[in-house]
Parts: sequence; C-alpha cells; structure tokens
Amino acid sequence: MPLYYDEDQTMLADTAAQFMAEEGAINKQLRHWRDRDCPDGFGHALWKQFAEMGFTGILVGEEDGGMGMGNVEAGIVLEQIGRNLTPSPFLTSSVLAATALKEGSADMRSRYMPGLISGDCVFAVAIDEGAKHRPERIKTKAEKSGNGFKLSGQKSFVIQGASADMIVVAARTSGSDADEDGITLFAVPKDAAGMEHDSVRLVDSSMATHTKFDGVELDGDAVIGEVDGGREILNKVLNAGRIGSAAEGCGVAGAAMDMTVDYLKQRKQFGKLIGEFQALQHRAAHLYSEVEIARAVTIKAGQLLDGGSEKADLMVSVAKAKVGQTAGLAVREGVQMHGGIGMTDEYDIGLYMKRDKALNEFLGDAYYHADRVARLSGY
Amino acid sequence: MADLDIFREETRSWLEANCPEEMRQPVRDEEDVYWGGRKATFKNDAQKAWFDICVEKGYTVPAWPKEYGGAGLSAAEAKVLRQEMARINARPPLSSFGIWMLGPALLQFGTEGQKQRFLNEIARGEIRWCQGYSEPGSGSDLVSMQTFGEDKGDHWEVSGQKIWTSYADQADWIFCLVRTDKANKYQGITFMLFDMENEGVSTKPILLISGNSPFCETFFDNVKVPKSYGEDCPGQVGEVNRGWDVAKYLLGHEREMISGAGGGGLTSAIGAAMQRHVAKDGGDLDPVLRSELAMFDVDALAYAAMGEKFLDEMKTGRGHPAQPNMMKYVGTELNKRRHELMMSAGGSRSLEWDSEETSGGKPSRNWLRTKANSIEGGTSEVMLNVVSKRILDLPGA
Repeated sequence: MPLYYDEDQTMLADTAAQFMAEEGAINKQLRHWRDRDCPDGFGHALWKQFAEMGFTGILVGEEDGGMGMGNVEAGIVLEQIGRNLTPSPFLTSSVLAATALKEGSADMRSRYMPGLISGDCVFAVAIDEGAKHRPERIKTKAEKSGNGFKLSGQKSFVIQGASADMIVVAARTSGSDADEDGITLFAVPKDAAGMEHDSVRLVDSSMATHTKFDGVELDGDAVIGEVDGGREILNKVLNAGRIGSAAEGCGVAGAAMDMTVDYLKQRKQFGKLIGEFQALQHRAAHLYSEVEIARAVTIKAGQLLDGGSEKADLMVSVAKAKVGQTAGLAVREGVQMHGGIGMTDEYDIGLYMKRDKALNEFLGDAYYHADRVARLSGY
Repeated sequence: MADLDIFREETRSWLEANCPEEMRQPVRDEEDVYWGGRKATFKNDAQKAWFDICVEKGYTVPAWPKEYGGAGLSAAEAKVLRQEMARINARPPLSSFGIWMLGPALLQFGTEGQKQRFLNEIARGEIRWCQGYSEPGSGSDLVSMQTFGEDKGDHWEVSGQKIWTSYADQADWIFCLVRTDKANKYQGITFMLFDMENEGVSTKPILLISGNSPFCETFFDNVKVPKSYGEDCPGQVGEVNRGWDVAKYLLGHEREMISGAGGGGLTSAIGAAMQRHVAKDGGDLDPVLRSELAMFDVDALAYAAMGEKFLDEMKTGRGHPAQPNMMKYVGTELNKRRHELMMSAGGSRSLEWDSEETSGGKPSRNWLRTKANSIEGGTSEVMLNVVSKRILDLPGA
C-alpha cells in the first residue's frame, strides 16, 4: 500500500479539515468552554455535529450502523482535531471505546453503538491506576458475585469520566497485579451504584476523573469478550488509542509549526524579518523534517494496524514515541520563536503546548514507547 | 497484479539458475565490489560470471531502455527485481557513478548519439567514470568554481583543479563542471565529458582520517577537450553554459543516494544487534546506552517509513521537489549517530585499528568515514538552507 492517502481518504481529509476549521475552531470550542469552566470540557452540540458528519461511527462496523473504516481514517479526523485543538469525545468514544465494544456480543453492540453513532452518548475508558501509563499492572479487581461481578479499586486520569454514559474498565478477574492473563474488560454504565468520580481539570483544559469503584455490582452481560481473556482486547484498544493520539499529535505539531513559520515571515526585529536569520531558519527546517517523518511513520503504523501486520505493535510504539518527541519540539520551538507574545494566554501557541503535554502523556509518553520498542526488538 | 506475480516467479528462478553461490553474500569490503572500467580485474570467476550474465540480460541497469543496454523494466518490475535480489543477498553485478549519476543525467539531457554511445558503455562496465564537481575553494558553494575552459574553436582548453574526486585515480573518464563564461555565475558553466588519459590530467590521492583514500585531487593543465565525439555526440551534456541545470538534476540523485532513501543500512534498527554484541563479550548494555539505542531505533524506523513515503510520492509526482535535501540531511545525521552508538557498544574492541578481530579496524574506520556524510554532496547546513528557502519559503534564505 503506498504511503499516501487514496482518493477516498483525501476526500475525508478535506471534509474533516474544513469542518474542524469552521466548527471546531479554537475560539468557538476550546476557549469558549474553557472560559465558562465547563464541567465536560467540550460541547455536546459539536458532538452531535460530529455524528451528522459521519465521524462518530468511523471505526464501527457497517453491520452495527457504522462506517466500517480503519485506524488510518480515524487518524485523518484526529489530525484535524489536533490542528484545531478541537475538544471532543472522539478519541475516547469513537476510537478507544468503539474498539473495545467491537469485541462485545451482538447484544452489547446493539445496546451501545447506536448512541455512539448518533452522538447522544459519550464513552470513557479506564485503564491506568497511577500517574504514569502502566497497563502491564492492573490491580482493580472484579470478583464473581452471583450471576455477575463486584468491581473494586480505583482508576486514574479517566478522560471525560464524569461526562461518560458508559466507562470501559480493565479489571483483574484472576491472578496477581503484574500477570498478563486474568484481565477482563467491562462496560460499566454511568448509573452503576458504588462508583465515585473526583473530577480534575488538566493543563489543556480537558477534564479527567479519579474514579473509585466500591463493590460496583455488574451483570454478567457487562463483560466485553471472554472472562480472563481481556488482555488481547486491551492491547487492541491501546494500539488504536496510541496510533489515534499519535495522529492527533501530528496535527498539533503541524499546526504549531505552521503558526511559527508564519510568524517568522511577519515579525521584524533589528530591522529585519526574523525569518531572515539563519539560526532560526535552520531550526525551522529541522522542525519541518521531524514533522514530515512523524507523519510518515504515523500513516505507516496505521496501515500496518489496519492490515493486521505482526509488525503493528512495534510500529505503533515507534509512531507514538516519534510523535511525542516531535510535537514536543514543535511547541517548544513555537513558544520560543514567538518570544514574549508566545507566553501570553491571548495567543494560541501556548494552547498547543498544553495540549501536546496532555496528549504525550496519554497512553504512554515517548520514553515509555521507546522502552517498548527496545523490549519488542529483544533488548 | 498477476503479471507482476509471474515476473516475480520468473525472476526468482532466473536468479536461482544464474546467480553464483559466492555472489549471494553481503558485500564485506572493496574487493567484493566490481566497478568496471579499463583497469578493472575480477576478484574471481564467480564475480565475472555474474557480471557477464547480468550484462547480457540488461540487469546492470534494469530500468534503462533496452537500446541503451538496460532491460527496459517498469518501475514496479525493477522493484520486484531489487526485492528478489535482496532476498538472496545477491551482490550488485556492477557499481558505478556512470549508473548512479551520469546515466540518469544523460537519459534526461543527452543527445541520441550520446545515449547510444555512453549509456551502452556504462551498462557494459567498459568505462569507469568519476565526477569533477568540488574545487578547493568551492565545496558546498559549488557555483563559485574556477576551473576554466577557453574556447579554441574545435575544442576547449581546460585548466584548474578539482578536489574530493572519488576514485579519480581509477577512473577512465570524468564528467566535469567547467566555467566557460566568467561573467555569468549560474549560466556560465558547461558539463563536459572527457578521457582522464588526455594530456594534462593528473590525480593525487588524499589520505583521510579513516586511513583510506577513496578521494583524489585532480589537476587540469591545458587539457584539450574535444567539442565533439562524432555525429550527434557533443563533448558536453546539455547546452554550452547551461551545465548548471544538469548538475542540479544530478545532485538531487546524489542526495537521494547518500540519504539511503531507498532503504539499506541507514534505515534499520541496531539495538538488538548491539545487545547481542555486548552479550558475546559477557556484558550488558548500560541502561543509559540502552535508552539511547532505543531512541535511535525509534528515529531510524520512523525515517525508514519516511523513505518509503518519499519513494511512493516520487513515483506519482507528489511531494515537494526539494525533499531530497531533507532526506539527505536527516539520513546522514542519523548515520553518524548510528556509528557513534556502535562504537560505544563495541567498547575498547572497536578501537582496534589493525586486528583480525575487527577485520582491520572496520568499526573505527567506518565510524570515521561517516563524518563525511553530512559534508559530501552538500553539507547539512546547506540542506537546511534549501529546505528553509524552497519548502518553508522563509525570506532571504
């Protein structure tokens, strides 16, 4: 498969770019909701518009009313989300949760997919239990109880946890904390008794929760896939989420770079456009190279994932690590080259820096994924 | 699609029948490479047999048209051939600047007469070419060159000096940039072809820090360069004074080649191999070195994806024409980093300059050689200048 978008993908990219630039723009969405201290951190009306555009069900199979597309297509939408810093439940609901639900029974899919596709529902995913991403260790327990389970423990940094109608929770049904096996995924409805959310606003104005599960009673049909067989599904969810956040990171990096290069062509100091100074030209050209490479490997990893390649795990981590480094460079260079104005809240470049930080941390930062590349390569 | 599958099958059995076992080994040193030319000798019978059969088939230059010594393969077929050769580690039958550089320039700018003569000679490995670009005062600032050719009616009289002329002492002919109009910076350069045995041409090897000497200084002292080598076969490529267009086109090829955009060593991960290397000596990777290797592998594998994208886009005319500069910049910086890490992982062993264990100091000589990567074919700084100006459109760059 060639490493560029085909005709349909190019059309999707154009549509998403136009929609996000108009409806998902920074002033209209991110600043709007942030300045009102919105407890969701995003607008539900926009989420309905996502549905009208056909974005919400992009990864949902056609038999369930979705678009039946792949991670490359989800990445195309996410790149535009990244470019415009559009706050939405797309990554958590349409990528992470949808990937989990695809492994669920027909009953489960018919319970949740229609709400996702129509934009009436928002889903979250609860994996991490501490400040750093460590999906290898899962402590939260689900014990057999009658026909169902009793869920106990706590999850950290559940993005949009308080807004969600359902949370996909990775819990241990057997074995000890660091065991690979013995994990089960559950679809936990919003109104389940014994669930307590402690909401926090993050640096990028997005909302997350620290969620406690105190003997939450779940029916047997809350299980996604097989009991004790959740690790494989969890890996699929993580791969989709990681390549998705890499794609969004490419958007963040690309927009930060474009803003900065634009600024270099306008700002005058010492009687010259600052873009005439070779010191800045070389840094800008280096940044361009890194952004191009990050985009290439993100598309490559997405294609491998969609094609079911055995190299997908490795390349997804390569992409997440590369984008983590590159987007970080793009926003740091952006703020520095903007000078004083880059430090003001009024100017957008700082918002990109904040989003990059949150996105980089999400599902493993560049260090986590470089380490994973080493482990997967056998060292 | 089916046609390509058939071609793959045919290629596979042809290689099976015709590529000698000795030629199915990775290239280890200079002796394993056949460069052709009047002074060339074969290392052994297998090398000669492999070369001869490839010439006959047109596989020294598979994508060139048949009438010029190629096999006339489509881009897709040529890719299949490359893949199948790589699969069995088949060595290239012929390496030459004629194939990589002059050939593409002639295909683009040459007259029919020039193509007939020179391309066929290149394909059959009869003439070994070298490239006369850089001069002592003009490296990356190539256009400031001083070597001058005076118009003497039926010939040019060329005087001056070139430097960093790779393998000039072993080459038969040179393709050479010569100033023919001093008043015009860009439009006063002619791309000339001439025999290194002409009177007034002399060469002197330059010993490098790696202890090897692929490069030469080349001197021209009133060299007579004919304006014509026969009917429809002028002594220059392109028009007189318009050699810069040819040179620029060719530099793009050179940068792609040095950047390793087509795959190869520059784009592969090394961490696992370094781990095995260290373990052989009974050791462990230091945790900090391990993390540097991991970061390198991330960058190398990402660059490999970029290389693939770059080639895919080139085939369809997508992508920015100045992208080879970006690829060259990143690829060569990456290769330097690779060898720094390999030296570190090798420890004191990799310092050995003449031991059998290191095949005569391979690790350190290779490491030293890579330092030229970001200088030759245009420095990294010049590559960044080109990206700033032509891609980012920055002012006054």
